[in-house]
Amino acid sequence: MATVIPPPSKKQKRQAQQVQEVPLIPKDLPNILIKFEASDTGESVGGSIRVPGAITEKQLEELLNQIQGTSDDPTPYTFALLNKNDKDESKTEMIDIKDDLYTSVLKPQIKTTEDFMTLVYTPRAIFKVKPVTRSSSAIAGHGSTILCCQFSPNNSSRMCSGAGDSTARIWDCNTHTPVATLSGHTNWVLCVSYSPCGTMIATGSMDNTVRLWEADTGKPLGKALTGHGKWITSLTWEPLHLVKVGSSPRLASASKDSTIKVWDTSSRVCELTMSGHTNSVSCIKWSGSNIIYSGSHDKTIKAWDISARGKCIQTLKSHGHWINHLALSTDYVIRKGGFDHTSNKSSIKDLSPEELRTRAIKEYEKVAKLSGSIHERVVTASDDFTMYLWEPLKSGKPICRMTGHQKLVNHVSFSPDGRFIVSSSFDNSIKIWDGLKGNFIGTLRGHVAPVYQTAWSADNRLLVSSSKDTTLKVWDIRTKKLVVDLPGHADEVFAVDWSLDGKKVASGGKDKMIRIWSH
Amino acid sequence: MPQNEYIEQHIKKHGRRLDYEERKRKKEAREGHRIAKEAQTLKGWKAKQFAKKRYSEKVAMKKKIKAHQESKVKGPSTPAEESGEALPTYLLDRQNDNVAKAISSSIKQKRLEKADKFSVPLPKVKGISEEEMFKVIKTGKKNNKAWKRMITKHTFVGEGFTRRPVKMERIIRPSALRQKKANVTHPELKVTVFLPILGVKKNPQSPMYTQLGVLTKGTIIEVNVSELGLVTAGGKVVWGKYAQITNEPDRDGCVNAVLLV
Repeated sequence: MATVIPPPSKKQKRQAQQVQEVPLIPKDLPNILIKFEASDTGESVGGSIRVPGAITEKQLEELLNQIQGTSDDPTPYTFALLNKNDKDESKTEMIDIKDDLYTSVLKPQIKTTEDFMTLVYTPRAIFKVKPVTRSSSAIAGHGSTILCCQFSPNNSSRMCSGAGDSTARIWDCNTHTPVATLSGHTNWVLCVSYSPCGTMIATGSMDNTVRLWEADTGKPLGKALTGHGKWITSLTWEPLHLVKVGSSPRLASASKDSTIKVWDTSSRVCELTMSGHTNSVSCIKWSGSNIIYSGSHDKTIKAWDISARGKCIQTLKSHGHWINHLALSTDYVIRKGGFDHTSNKSSIKDLSPEELRTRAIKEYEKVAKLSGSIHERVVTASDDFTMYLWEPLKSGKPICRMTGHQKLVNHVSFSPDGRFIVSSSFDNSIKIWDGLKGNFIGTLRGHVAPVYQTAWSADNRLLVSSSKDTTLKVWDIRTKKLVVDLPGHADEVFAVDWSLDGKKVASGGKDKMIRIWSH
Repeated sequence: MPQNEYIEQHIKKHGRRLDYEERKRKKEAREGHRIAKEAQTLKGWKAKQFAKKRYSEKVAMKKKIKAHQESKVKGPSTPAEESGEALPTYLLDRQNDNVAKAISSSIKQKRLEKADKFSVPLPKVKGISEEEMFKVIKTGKKNNKAWKRMITKHTFVGEGFTRRPVKMERIIRPSALRQKKANVTHPELKVTVFLPILGVKKNPQSPMYTQLGVLTKGTIIEVNVSELGLVTAGGKVVWGKYAQITNEPDRDGCVNAVLLV
């Protein structure tokens, strides 16, 4: 059943034959001066320190924990060397320290032992997500193809899926039983989305309407939100930290009729309608700085400022064909809202909205802040086989054009910490790119048919992909290798999601079965 | 039959009779009466034909009336009929060639139904005698040796086959009668694709013919379906599938086969 790994190429074989250098660290390495700097705030910690030149990543971590007084409850960190270029500010780059300082910095002669080094540290996720390895259940229930699925933001016990039988269903993933059937739509349910506060579910359908449901019971909240002239293609919720005190988060919906509508979810009326695209809007995302980014089949990306009543503040044109998908570097943290991996079923009620808000702001700033200021990057995937990385609030020019795919790119996503971008394409491959600069990092090959979607684990280490070849595959980002192959579906897999606490993966597709995967 | 457009020309030139519209209206108005009279008086076959026609007309009319009434109500009241072809948003605007996909899913469906594995579309074939299959070739200086045979039917010869030395070669498979590809039809979808042959699995006439790769009616061949892009449950690409030859290739000059699903 497992995917056969292709035989090594001629180049690889030749490389394997060559004598490999044994990584040896010279014994007479002098001490070097380093300084720690936080990646998010840019503050330096502990002044300059003299350390041995062959210090390992683990030792650096221990040292930093000691300096910060957290050695009894150590936080894992990753380190990177800040290689400043005095002449040209833009050429400043970060060099990751892989195993030890000697092999990653001194040996490639990036710096000498006499130089003063600034090490930038980023906290890694403090918990480790185990790769899913088995299908813990296949739940039948939907009468037709499953088109979308999403876990609730608070924990992995609830999941909602939408299908071609015009219903959405809420599932209890602990007992593998249905909780509620959300029926009301009259055509395929194309997208489902949990609100970041975890109390509401929005579903968008082929029948041109959006419906809201109570996440807990599955009861409809009012009637359908009508207004769109064609089917709904994408839904996005207002980030929790932007929600006005005392009100519920707003919802934005994009439609094939080339408009975007913002809905007030408590009074259920359309607040804003943004029309400016000339073709179907394929994807929208509500960013943490209160801007909606929309990608469209008219080859443009538009940024709409919601605080200025939906004014279009930027139109990004570079793509040569449809925009299929776009992702923000803060997508994951916005979706999480104020919840984290420790929150449980009752934390929706236990935590007050204010508390959730403050936690959401804190979490958001942790991811969005880069050396003291908020940066949100957008990556767009297109039918022209390329992707662009943008920072729309800074300039209308892309940071980087990412080429390499040989067929259209269907899905892109940033890793939860925003350090990696992963793109899945119809050329059967998944590619990993640097999340800051857009440099190419590696390709994950293994699927034998178009890859439809990918989902990240919360600790940035693993990735799960769904494909037309009926399998899911779990990949390790560090080694860029396949970890687990998950066959089981009988037909193509359209939707996949990894729960925010990392315990479960849900998938659904043409075989009408929801599958829950766990370790 | 008017031999030219002289009627139209006359109408254009002189116009119609003054009471044309009136007569037309009256004729139409009497139409109902005429039909009712016919319905009462027609006998036998004509009556049957008339009743059938009248019935279908009435059904069509009723459907039309219902459709008109429904269009006045806003939106369909009940969920749309499940078409089974629901697609996620990212595939909606793409025209994907679903032929291969449909084939693969229908194959899976078939398997689920536990169809008889061993039944083939052509269960019986007419026997072919050795005289018909082989032509004796006389060899030797005086042309008096007769141990060489030439196959008179179409054959499939694998890639990279080289003929044996002349004095060793007992059976000749003429290169003009060699076939590499077959027109393979999917029986349910009625889709025909020109696919490369991978091998001869079974010739019902004789195991020797199987070995020689003789293509006759009823022979099971393996064809390369990789261009259809079928995938197994395990996520591998399917590329070989069996098909049965439905024609006599030596009569038609081509190989036609049906896919065994």
